Amino acid sequence: MIPELGHIALILALCMALVQSIIPLVGAHKGIASWVAVAKPAAQANLLFMVIAYGCLTYSFLVHDFSVSYVAHNSNTALPTLYLISGVWGAHEGSLLFWALTLSLWTGAVTVFSRSVPDVMVARVVGVMGLVTVGFLLFMLLTSNPFERLINVPAEGRELNPLLQDPGLAIHPPMLYMGYVGFSVAFAFAIAAMLGGRLDAAWARWSRPWTNVAWVFLTLGIALGSWWAYYELGWGGWWFWDPVENASFMPWIVGTALMHSLAVTEKRGAFKAWTVLLAIFAFSLSLLGTFLVRSGVLTSVHAFATDPSRGVFILIFLGTVIGGSLLLYSWRAAQIKSTVKFDIVSRETGLLLNNVILVVTACSVLLGTLYPLILDALGAGKISVGPPYFNSVFVPLTVPLAFLVGIGALMRWKQDDGQKLFKRLIPHFVISVALGLIAPAVFAPTYSLGAALGVGLATWIILTSTQWLLDRNTAGRGLLQTIRNTPRGGWGMLFGHAGIAIFIIGVSLTSIYSVEKDVRLEPGQDYELGGYVFHFQGVENFRGPNYVGAKGTINISKDGEHVVTVSPEKRNYSTGMPMTEAGIDAGLTRDLFVALGEPLGDDGAWAVRLYHKPFVRWIWLGCIFMSLGGLLAASDRRYFKLARKTRLAENESTVGAA
Amino acid sequence: MKARFLIPLVIFLVLVVFLAIGLTRDPRDVPSVLINKEAPVISLPSLYDESQIVSSETMKGRVWLVNVWGTWCPECWREHDFLMYLKNEGVPIVGIDWRDDSDDAKKMLAQQGNPFIAVGIDPESKAVMDWGVYGAPETFLIDKKGFIRWKHTGGLNAELWRNELKPLMAQLEAE
Repeated sequence: MIPELGHIALILALCMALVQSIIPLVGAHKGIASWVAVAKPAAQANLLFMVIAYGCLTYSFLVHDFSVSYVAHNSNTALPTLYLISGVWGAHEGSLLFWALTLSLWTGAVTVFSRSVPDVMVARVVGVMGLVTVGFLLFMLLTSNPFERLINVPAEGRELNPLLQDPGLAIHPPMLYMGYVGFSVAFAFAIAAMLGGRLDAAWARWSRPWTNVAWVFLTLGIALGSWWAYYELGWGGWWFWDPVENASFMPWIVGTALMHSLAVTEKRGAFKAWTVLLAIFAFSLSLLGTFLVRSGVLTSVHAFATDPSRGVFILIFLGTVIGGSLLLYSWRAAQIKSTVKFDIVSRETGLLLNNVILVVTACSVLLGTLYPLILDALGAGKISVGPPYFNSVFVPLTVPLAFLVGIGALMRWKQDDGQKLFKRLIPHFVISVALGLIAPAVFAPTYSLGAALGVGLATWIILTSTQWLLDRNTAGRGLLQTIRNTPRGGWGMLFGHAGIAIFIIGVSLTSIYSVEKDVRLEPGQDYELGGYVFHFQGVENFRGPNYVGAKGTINISKDGEHVVTVSPEKRNYSTGMPMTEAGIDAGLTRDLFVALGEPLGDDGAWAVRLYHKPFVRWIWLGCIFMSLGGLLAASDRRYFKLARKTRLAENESTVGAA
Repeated sequence: MKARFLIPLVIFLVLVVFLAIGLTRDPRDVPSVLINKEAPVISLPSLYDESQIVSSETMKGRVWLVNVWGTWCPECWREHDFLMYLKNEGVPIVGIDWRDDSDDAKKMLAQQGNPFIAVGIDPESKAVMDWGVYGAPETFLIDKKGFIRWKHTGGLNAELWRNELKPLMAQLEAE
């Protein structure tokens, strides 16, 4: 019964989505106020039915209703409750339901938090999001119904993919989806602005906080995924340039570009057409990611069970959404006359360079991801593009970008005095270069120019950001007052940029100074690595709720002093899939990481993998700082104030037009 | 309409063409390489007596099926009844019990019938890797000379049997 209710709720949600998209869009076009007013209630009704549908599937998981095919395939009675709940989004159908639910949640949020945006605009935004919802719900109902019943009800369900049985990974997909789908808001605002023929600064102002929040979710989602890969896969790596990782990374890069470009459009009215294009790109790349993961065109550890009919459907959907938007763009963008002028030395130029580099980076990631597919389509054989390509493309592009971070923020809008700017920056530059060159010589075991570059760039960003804050200290105000007067948007930028500095330190030092060793250890044997002595005590077998495992005990000491005892695990789930739980001692300046390999022989010896990874935590710490920055920027008070003012003006003009 | 604003659209359309071609190809369809190639040798301990070896050598000169299954796989439970039907039709099927608990497997075969003439166990995916299996159930058709002539990923059913498998087997028997 409950699964059927869920199915019906899903169909009703589709009906509401149709209402939500057609009536407000037509109403906004023809100027029918009562049709425009349908947008909000229709979107909220759609959300309600989506919540019901999602609740029904969750309920089926919780009561182990194995007559539902999806439940039987992705859970069993031995599964802990947490993974019954997260199992709902553990495979294709359920995660698609989750995607659609997220879209409805964002639409619902737009209807609630956009009271200050003119009704016609909200109607168009909600309508565009409704069209996307229609596409996803059709996809689900036609090709991937999560409520499908089995004719022969099995007594026991299958194991949930053991990879997903981990708290970190349980919340990783929801975060990612919130980010992916969140870009639909900026997308919908851009499309709505084009439909209304008003590509001015207003739409940019409205979509900025939404874009920031979506970006925060995406940042956290990617960071969680990377952190999970680090401690769970047991390879000690944190990023693998897997096609599906790239699928989440590309919207992130373009989203970052979009945040900066929106700033220019809002403040200066420049880059109007470009910003619209970026908004379309960011969401298109999210959709493309969905296509790549679910259509089976690329192989990846993440790929869902695939089915060509699904691929065809998503491709048609992708073509309609993106192709339609770009067609609209080609028509509307040509009508924009940009009269805004700016000097070569100005913040606009800085942000333009930021955008160009970010978009080129996103394109090279896209190329690397799709290259195997394109070669195959051209009949040139099957190949795979790995980390060597990405690293060699990525590093040269991001180094100048990091350098620009320091300059861009300090430049003034419209025009700046190049010489003055140079004079202000030169002390920071000298200090950064000096610190960068000296630090590895003093602190590191071996000298490395890469480390010098990393430390230098991070110092540069921190120093110039501090300079930005000090520059606000004008008219003899005290430092405390300056800090209080700096708007949240400014703090957001500072935190975001500081996050980049921290991230750079983490990435450069980890990749240069990490040491790893695969060794055979017998119980009682020692091994020294990175100044630490790893004492292997042995391995014991134990039984978990739905797996059998082997747990090792390793005492780590330094200079004769006991530091920590770690317990890496090797688990065998009933599907036979072995999983590694690394034993990690986390620290601000270094991680000690021990993973169990295979048992060797009968005397209790194991292949053990040991790592000493300096500053690896800073990678995720940097991401947390960036996310904080995004949140601060999104909560800036002026969005609320400015938006209210615009509304008053807009309402007058609408009344006048009608 | 200025042409330069059409550039993104054009690039996107080219991309769509490539994605569409990509869809028609299956990057995982590596096993198709195995079709019309000699089947990998099976040499696995028997489910019922691990000292006995289930070997593909004994099947030389016959047209037979290899079915990869496991008790953990709901699709296999669905397929099971149809495999029983095939057994009654006289089709020789060798089962590979993949990544499974032997006691569970024996229990399932005892309760629901055993469609296999022999079952080898492959708890560590040793044989299954050679066959390029990436999911259960999966079925291969081997001809008299020991060549793989057909394979199917997913459960067998009456339609497949009628339209593809039965005619092909009749043809192979005649070869």
